[in-house]
This record gives sequence, C-alpha cells and structure tokens, in this order.
Amino acid sequence: MKKKRVVVGMSGGVDSSVSALLLKQQGYDVIGLFMKNWDDSDDAGVCTATQDYADVAKVAQEIGIPYYAVNFEKEYWDRVFEYFLAEYRQGRTPNPDVMCNKEIKFQAFLDYALQLDADYIAMGHYAQLHRDDAGVLHLLRGADANKDQTYFLSTVSQEQLQRALFPIGHLQKAQVRQIAEKAGLATAHKKDSTGVCFIGERNFRNFLQEFLPAQPGKMMTPQQEVVGEHGGLMYYTIGQRSGLGLGGNAHSNEPWFVVGKDMQHNILYVDQGFDNPLLFANSLEASDAAWIRPITEYGTKFHCTAKFRYRQPDVGVTVSVLADHQLQVQFDEPVRAITPGQEVVFYKGQECLGGATINRAFKASQVLQYV
Amino acid sequence: MAHIYLDNAATTRMAPAVIDVMQTAMTNTFGNASTPNFYGHAAKATLEQSRHLIAQSINAHDEEIIFTSGGSEGDNTALITTALSRQKYGHHIISTTIEHEAVLKTLQFLESLGFEVTYLPVNDQGQIEIADLKAALRPDTILVSVMMVNNEIGTINPIAQIGALLKDYPVVFHTDAVQAYGLLDIDVQALQVDLLTTSAHKLNGPKMMGFMYERQGLNLPAFIHGGDQENKRRAGTENVPAIAGFAEAVKLHDPIMKLQTRQRLQQYKSLLLGTLKQAGVQFQINGPQDISQAAPHILNIRIANVATDLLQMKLDLAGFIVSGGSACTAGSLEPSHVLQALYSPSDPRIQESIRISFDTYTTQDEVQQFAQALQEIAVNQQKG
Repeated sequence: MKKKRVVVGMSGGVDSSVSALLLKQQGYDVIGLFMKNWDDSDDAGVCTATQDYADVAKVAQEIGIPYYAVNFEKEYWDRVFEYFLAEYRQGRTPNPDVMCNKEIKFQAFLDYALQLDADYIAMGHYAQLHRDDAGVLHLLRGADANKDQTYFLSTVSQEQLQRALFPIGHLQKAQVRQIAEKAGLATAHKKDSTGVCFIGERNFRNFLQEFLPAQPGKMMTPQQEVVGEHGGLMYYTIGQRSGLGLGGNAHSNEPWFVVGKDMQHNILYVDQGFDNPLLFANSLEASDAAWIRPITEYGTKFHCTAKFRYRQPDVGVTVSVLADHQLQVQFDEPVRAITPGQEVVFYKGQECLGGATINRAFKASQVLQYV
Repeated sequence: MAHIYLDNAATTRMAPAVIDVMQTAMTNTFGNASTPNFYGHAAKATLEQSRHLIAQSINAHDEEIIFTSGGSEGDNTALITTALSRQKYGHHIISTTIEHEAVLKTLQFLESLGFEVTYLPVNDQGQIEIADLKAALRPDTILVSVMMVNNEIGTINPIAQIGALLKDYPVVFHTDAVQAYGLLDIDVQALQVDLLTTSAHKLNGPKMMGFMYERQGLNLPAFIHGGDQENKRRAGTENVPAIAGFAEAVKLHDPIMKLQTRQRLQQYKSLLLGTLKQAGVQFQINGPQDISQAAPHILNIRIANVATDLLQMKLDLAGFIVSGGSACTAGSLEPSHVLQALYSPSDPRIQESIRISFDTYTTQDEVQQFAQALQEIAVNQQKG
C-alpha cells in the first residue's frame, strides 16, 4: 500500500523537528517544508531566516526526508499583517498568531501541501485530536499544560483539522527535547522562539512605528486629571504598567496602570493599583465565534471555562450564543484586563470548543472604555 | 528511486575517463610542480601537457592559459586586474544586464571603487544589440565584458561581431565562456577576445577548476599574490590532478563530439517541446524562440499557472532534477535577474519558469521520461 504523505511545516525549532521524526518513524512519507512568511532582508538585501532554514536542512538530513522552502510573504502580509495593523489602528490588541494558524498554516500551507499530494499536514503544535464515533474531530489540550497551544488553534475549522496531525501533542516539552537529543537532532538544544514571528527580537514599539504614525496625546486619570503624555494609544494595552513615574497627583505609592482608552479623543486613562476596580469586568461581548465542531448538544446557553489570553488559568463562564456568530459571555468571577482584539477561547474539560474575538468588556451592565 | 538529472548547467557529473585520470594523477603525480625533483618534474610535465591540450582547444598559445579555481575566480581576475591596471586610461566599463553573478557582483565591487559600469539591455531573445554597444563606447571605456552563452536561457551572444567591432578601440574584451566551452567551438583568434574564462565542472570535469585565457601582451598583474606559479600570474601550488582531469574532459569534448552532442541535445529539446505541445500543455519558451539559435543544452520554459517552486518540488519528489533558479539563504527562490531583464515585472514567466539542462551523458530515454512526467503535472495543474 502506498504510504500516506505528510507535509510537515518545519520552522527550524525542536518541536517541528521531533514531529517530523516521529511521523517518519510511524511510517509516513514525510516531506519537510519551511515557510518564509516575512521579508526580513536587511539593508543589504540578505535574508536573515538563514539560520532557521539551515537547521531545517540539518534535521531533514538527519531524519532522511526531502525538504524545501516556500514563500508566503504575500499571503502573510495580506491576510495577517493587514489585519494586525487594522486592529491596532482601532486601538485594539490583535493576536496575529491566532490569525496565522487560521490563514497561513491551516490555509495557505495546507493548500500548498495538498498540491504536493499530501494526505496530512503537521507542525509542532502542542494539541491533541480525538475522533468520535461519527468521525468528528475534537480538539484537546496538549498534554503539557504549560505548552498547550489550543488557544491559538481555536479558530481552525473542522475541515482544516481533518487534514492535521499533532504528533507531539501527547508529550511533555521535556520529553520532546529528550527524543530530539536521543536522535541526535541538531535542534535538540535550540532555544524556543518567543514573541511574534515577524517582530522577532526587535523593539515592538519601534516596529509598530514604522507602519503606523504615532499620535501622542493626554494621559489622564478617570477623574479627568492630566498626569502626563502618551506616545500613541496603540502602544498601550489594557492592564499594562503605564510607565508613569510617581507624579504630583499620586495618592499612594502604588504603580500606575492603563485602565482605559478613548480613541475618539485620543486619551489614555491611567490609575493606580494592579487591582484597580476599572480593570475588572464581569462579562464581555465577542464576535466571529467559531466552533471546532458543532456543539448543538450544549444549546444556546451553557456553562464552560474560558481563557482570555494565552497561558492564563481557565475561568468559569456562561456563554450565550447570539445571532451572526456573536456571543455574550458572563464570568463566574471578575476577570482582570479583558482586552478587545484578543481571543476568548472556550473549554469543556480537556476539549477546546472554539473561540471568538473580544469586542467589549462590561462591569455589571456598564461598558468599560477600553477602546 | 532513480533520479534523472537535468540540471547540467549547474554542474555535470564527472566523466569516467576524467575520474580515472585524476585517480592516477592523485596517486602518482603528487609532486609540487614548482620543485626541482623527480616528483616535481613529473607534476610539471603533466601540468604543461594539460596546458598545451587546453590551449590547442581554443587556438591559443600555452602561455596564454592561466589555471584558476573556476569560473568565478576567472571572472574576478579578468575584471578586477584589468580595471585596476587600466584606470589611468579611464574608469568606464560596459557589460550586460544578464551576466552571471560572478561578473555582476564583481562589477558592483568595481563600482564601489569608483568605476562606472554601463549595463547593456537585452532584447526578448536575451541578446545585446551591437548598435547599443557601439553607442555606449566612450573615450574612457577600458573594458567590455559580454558572456558567450547565458546560463539561464541559453542565449548565444554575437561574440565574434563584438570582437570585430572592438578591434578598433583601445578596450579589453572579456567573455565569460563558462556555459559555452563544453559545447561550442571556440577560437580566440577568430573571436578576437582578449580574456576568456571557463570552468571545468560544466563539461564533466572536476569542480574548483578552470582557466582564464589572457591574450599575449596584455600583461595583467597577478590577482592571487604569492608564489611564482602560472608565470607569476596566479600564486598557489597547482592542483595537478584536477588540471589533468580538466584536460581529459577537454579532450573528450573534441569538435566532433561537440557537434554530435549539439545535434542530439537539440533533438531532445524538440522531443520535449513536442510532447508538451501534443498534450495540450500551455507553455512558453523563455529567451531564444528558435531553438536552433540557442545553446543546445539549456531550455528555459514557463508552464502556465504552475509556480516555479511547486513545480520544482513536484519534479524533485518524482525523481527529476531541474532548476527553479537561485534560492536565498533562507531557501526560498529569488526572482531571476535574467528573466526580469527580458520581461516586464508583472510577466508571469518570472514566477512560473524552470530551466532544464542536458549534458552529453543525458539519454533520450531520460528526456522521454521527464517529458512524460512534466506533461502529466502540467496538465493536472492546468486543469484546475
């Protein structure tokens, strides 16, 4: 019988390296494909993804699989980066990694792999799949709670998942490194990448400034006292330290935090205290809800848990499903720094049900002015 | 899986006779050709016999052949030593937009030193116009460099015509003959070139080996400094086994063999194009449209609606090796400067082309298998 072909998105990191190795050991016909999503040529026109691709080459040789590179710079720019900028323009805080999974890894890359006659694609995601008796896939958290990446996969569709394999989802990160070490893979000890891929090690503020003109404005307390200047609303996220020193208006020694934004008047609201009441919401509204599988068994109002950003502990919530993929989400307990533009992701036990994009946060029935 | 190799413009396999000669030379002729002893003299003899055979192959004198580490060194040497030694006469250089990087990057280097370079445009066949060259010549022009055969599309430039024109000007004329030497007959007297550079591995010889022809009386300074090898023009202990292997490869590529190979490879091209046509594949030939006017070993074609990288991967996975152009260090393909010189930036040829290249060892059966595979992929992709 002809072997099933898997095209593995290899980033030059240890996770995708081990994914490729395990699939090869399981008897698949494995092809490594390196995605170049960002034109990071320096001033001399030299591309700097060199080291990662060199690592892909080494690992592919060690495993004994063919490997290639593919350029998705245009797709990434059009489908991820334009969205990223548009969100920032509106004072929101987007999540490009969620969009990258949806539009690039499970769309552009999947399409490409299918053209290479792939049966499946795989990457180095920490997530698991369970196929029920009806053949429907359930997305489950990765076994390593600290590495679980279902948050970023929450908007991937059932059709896309039907083509996906998650070869390391049942493993702990330490086990993945052990496997890489035992197999002598060049990436066994490579440092994990951090941050958004296209920004890399650069200063985020400088990066954003290249694309969006900054509009400095007033920094005020909720009592409308001016306490300083802000460098542009897009640089601030709800709940972050505002960077304001102890000014004359301070009424305690507590640090200052961003507690609100007024896009229309270009005002940044700041107040003191990590636990400032303005930072706590009881509910939110979200749109573009997407479910990994039909969840009709739960009806239009159900209780589950949710994450409002990556690597936060789950919070109990009651979800009301409204028309047009809108959701209303009531929290069991107040949640700090709900951020418009980020993803709210829902779980029932180990299963990731899906997610939606946060638009507004509420305290009681009062909208918190976060954009 | 058996692989069929059709990327011979990148490099060729070594001829069995070349391997034999080199193995013998590595075993027996290990001496330093500059030393006065038994082994040194044996090495010197092999070196000079090889030089003589190679000089004969282009109608040159033995002293006019300088062994180099290959095409890139030859081009660097020719351009840089000419420019530096002639700068008292001027700083202007003329070349073309479709030269190999070994020439283009060297010219950029010279520009950084203050030289001025005019890059002649090419027509849609990839050829320069003699009139353009004539118009570009200035009193301060010191050097003209035009490649004989383009490595991506197989255009043959009118080197003899250029040589005849330049005979009346005080300029040095260099041609990069790397892609030409193994298949075309070259006579430096008839071509009237001053400098000509070649590479051994394009004609079934060893890598890191080549020569530069330097017309007698040009008296260019050394590029690599050190010992007195190569008449004080290229320092470094000669790689006698590689030189012997190069000479053997040149011996194999005698005029009769080259003629027969040219005829055979041209038939391969017709066979391949015929198969595509018959299958209804939408394609275009890039560069010279009349295949009888192009270098017979290079065929660059666009397969409509099939991206270069995808086609190259599909062919590679099926065991067929062709070229999709050069990749950046992160692996993804860079648009070809040659195709960009011929066509407008929005022309799909720039994104949808591959280069197929043969050598004398390519068989008709291999070409047939390849034509069949390419045709199937193309039809399949163009259906969608």
